Amino acid sequence: MKKKIVAMLLAGGQGSRLGILTSNMAKPAVPFGGKYRIIDFPLSNCVNSDIDTVGVLTQYRPLALNSYLGTGQHWDLDRNGGGVFVLPPYMTEAVGQWYSGTANAIWQNCGFVDQYDPEYVLILSGDHIYKMDYAAMLRQHIKKNAAATIAVISVPMEEAHRFGIMNTDEYDRIVSFEEKPANPKSNNASMGIYIFNWKLLKEYMARDDADPKSENDFGKNIIPAMLQAGETMVAFPFEGYWKDVGTLSSLWEANMDLLGYPPVLDLNDPQWRIYTKNPIMPPHYVDKNAVIKNSLVTEGCVVRGTVKHSVLFCGATVEEGAVVEDSIVFPRSVISKGCIIKKAIVGENVHIGANCQLGGPNLGDGIIDNKLTGDITLVGNDITLPDNTYVPQGAVVNQDTLEYHLKEAVR
Amino acid sequence: MINNAFGLVYTGENNPRLKDLTLSRSVAAVPFGGRNRCIDFILSNLVNSGVTSVGMIMQKNYHSLMDHLGSGKEWNLNRKRDGLFILPPFMTKDNTGVYRGSIDAFRSCLGYVRRCSEKYVILSGSHTIFSMTFDEMMQQHIDTEADITIMYNEDPSFDIEDQNKDLRLTFNDEGRVTDMELDPYRPRTSFRSCDVLIMKKALLEYLVEEAYARGQYDFVRDVLLKRYNTLKVYGYRYNGFVARLDSVNTYFKTSMQLLDREPAGDLYNMEHPIYTKVKDEVSAKYGPDADVHNSVLADGCNIEGAIENSVLFRGVTVEKGAVVKNCIVMQGSHIGQDATLDHVILDKGVTIRTGRSLIGYDNFPIVLRKNQTV
Repeated sequence: MKKKIVAMLLAGGQGSRLGILTSNMAKPAVPFGGKYRIIDFPLSNCVNSDIDTVGVLTQYRPLALNSYLGTGQHWDLDRNGGGVFVLPPYMTEAVGQWYSGTANAIWQNCGFVDQYDPEYVLILSGDHIYKMDYAAMLRQHIKKNAAATIAVISVPMEEAHRFGIMNTDEYDRIVSFEEKPANPKSNNASMGIYIFNWKLLKEYMARDDADPKSENDFGKNIIPAMLQAGETMVAFPFEGYWKDVGTLSSLWEANMDLLGYPPVLDLNDPQWRIYTKNPIMPPHYVDKNAVIKNSLVTEGCVVRGTVKHSVLFCGATVEEGAVVEDSIVFPRSVISKGCIIKKAIVGENVHIGANCQLGGPNLGDGIIDNKLTGDITLVGNDITLPDNTYVPQGAVVNQDTLEYHLKEAVR
Repeated sequence: MINNAFGLVYTGENNPRLKDLTLSRSVAAVPFGGRNRCIDFILSNLVNSGVTSVGMIMQKNYHSLMDHLGSGKEWNLNRKRDGLFILPPFMTKDNTGVYRGSIDAFRSCLGYVRRCSEKYVILSGSHTIFSMTFDEMMQQHIDTEADITIMYNEDPSFDIEDQNKDLRLTFNDEGRVTDMELDPYRPRTSFRSCDVLIMKKALLEYLVEEAYARGQYDFVRDVLLKRYNTLKVYGYRYNGFVARLDSVNTYFKTSMQLLDREPAGDLYNMEHPIYTKVKDEVSAKYGPDADVHNSVLADGCNIEGAIENSVLFRGVTVEKGAVVKNCIVMQGSHIGQDATLDHVILDKGVTIRTGRSLIGYDNFPIVLRKNQTV
């Protein structure tokens, strides 16, 4: 069945800077915003932009992602002739290989895209939180008769060195591209969202694949090669909220961006719904003595304590006398009586015993590795913390470090 | 899991005591508990029991019910084999399209009943709310070799003002029904039918044809009441939480019971979830001045005011300074700044303008119609 455009969503990234949150799932499967996972954003954008065929390229720990996507019914992507497809790396008669880069992942799945014989292909990544109309981007791509269109966003000049920077002329035509330049000439950062003419892209990917020195990456290889060959490459300026949630602090910030009045990112938008798998839980219950301010609370939650400036995912419980501030509590976790939780990310199915303290001042002699966490305290999935445990700011609690924190607690 | 029964749900019930709540919908489509409609409970109970074929008899104003059920996808009833069958009324030479009672309704869907290959039928009304699976009841039905098994519970509360299809049962020591009263002025027992019956499909077909041939219309009045001593009718006792949509007052009271965690835990058992149409709302958002106590809130709510002892459905907005006490607020209602509401039931999409104040009483909650503006 012929399609005008097919979306390919790169969801194989490990997201190592998210630490133990991605120890058993790929980054796009990380929970966000009370009831979502990161991948809900690009998928919902696709559906809302009338793109009904999406290939999801997985590689790292795909189980959580595979079972989450299912038939795609939660995004209305269970379609006749289209829908959502999980595309893992595979073996052939001669060799089998992992996806060696973003371009290679698409190259290995040419067969999938060719089934639909599309004119255009949309390349997305599963690492960002944003609402974007890809249909508008496609309209511009067609109108400007471009070979490739790259979505760009203005970032503060002093941060531009962290991004791939597109230098454009007055007609938004890209004249040069610099990956993480020391002295950026502009602040148009690539968002990692590309539309290519499929036939042309295949030619470049074939050439790129034949080059053993290539890293098979869109940003590093394909885009520079196309620019060099003088193809018409156009920037699509995007205005609005866009956040890379690749680090713990950016993940925390993006969640907090939902809380303000008006919020920096408003998800309560009937015109642009973000779809997700629904957990089927009753409405949340707020007890007589509960205090909830500036927070998001989801179905299935039970709140008997104090919750301030926090995000509670479905089925989270905050017992009497517990205080949760500036924190994110993932699905089905329990915060028992008298706990004090400050600036923490609590993983899924965690049970925190009574009178525990998370995110208190560092007592000094403990060895806390907070390279990834900064001042955020992180508790991994499925951890049970016994009563009265003390976990200092910036610490990471998972199965490996649990014993250490317990010893600290006794002392 | 039950694999030898199909479900037949009669949603043709009318209940004038629900007043404006059923103005634009059938009883089955009345929203309950913050997230569900009445029909979700019986339908989920059937599905959680392993039933894969459910016939849904529709009669009065079933538009919002059909909209809610769709293909039955949310209940896993969008199947190639079996699934959800929506059975609206239709006209034939001996069927006027308007059912005079449940016998008429059952008779007009005998086509569906005959096609079902299952041996038993679980027959249910649509105004009783509870959460359980029917496995035990079915086992009891088979073990006692009963002709009909009626599910019942003990309901000590009684108010003649709220009476609606109140079927009272008396049993002997074996649990066999020895007396039945429908809508009695002074009930002799507190055992009340939950409107769920199990019997053989063949018996249903026989009883319906027999009753129809004698010009009878109502299954309870004309079949059960007249035949309980010739048929072997047993009761199956349920001890969990049961809510009945008998009147506005009972609707209000039982909704408020959900603020008590025990009945709520009974109704929302994680072992057998209550499915409903998913709306993809965001999480409920609390503002800096939100002050919420002892309440149940669904997703999509936006809370900046004060709320106490209330049930809020999806997508309700409560602005700053508003005070909402002892209220049931249905989907998408909007309560403006500094408004005060006490003992009010707001149907879907109601708007309360800035500073308005409405106060009802415990035994007389005010009901606002769908899409009304105050």
